[in-house]
Amino acid sequence: METVLSLLSGFFLLLGSFLCLSGGVGILRFPDFYTRMHAAGVTDTLAAAMILIGLMLQSPEMLVIIKLMMILLMTLFISPAASHALGQAAVLNNLLPLVDLNMNHLAKNTTAGDESSKS
Amino acid sequence: MVIAATLAIFVAMILAIIRAVMGPSLYDRILAVNMFGTKTVLLISLLGFVMGRPEFLDIAMVYALINFISVIGVLRLSDAFNSKHNGPVVGPGVDPVERDS
Repeated sequence: METVLSLLSGFFLLLGSFLCLSGGVGILRFPDFYTRMHAAGVTDTLAAAMILIGLMLQSPEMLVIIKLMMILLMTLFISPAASHALGQAAVLNNLLPLVDLNMNHLAKNTTAGDESSKS
Repeated sequence: MVIAATLAIFVAMILAIIRAVMGPSLYDRILAVNMFGTKTVLLISLLGFVMGRPEFLDIAMVYALINFISVIGVLRLSDAFNSKHNGPVVGPGVDPVERDS
């Protein structure tokens, strides 16, 4: 039983670490604010849940498990709310996504002449 | 394995703070700081397990709440700042003006 619990805990911790690293690389490498928000949202919810579940499987005391579940619930409620507020503020303050800028560029080109080759 | 997760979170925090320093817009910086705060919550709880002191979980809970309040406060401040300096906020149904940079 102990080995099964420790193996499961190690698996969850490794998965959470991988998601953390991929989110860090994503927030550094993605080209746009909204895509960066996608990467940060993935790490905020899933990586935190994986690491906290891995810690829950390791702890022997009941109080520690309850505190970890409180942190997990708070993270699962708080992080999408913060992401939503951030995205809404960015949209309301005229921060355009990169796709729209490209489509404006394409629309300018298609009004000049060749419409079929641009699609 | 707990130490490996701690090191991975350290690396993710370093990448987030690089984005917070070199972010082109204000919202990139807020996003990176928000991610940094969430990773700090995870780091505090992992360090409590590494050092054998589970009392750190209380600090992690308080830090999660402070992080949320600070992000919402900075967003309200940026709304007020932008509507004061760049005219009124564009609502839904109105075509947004192209951004300068």
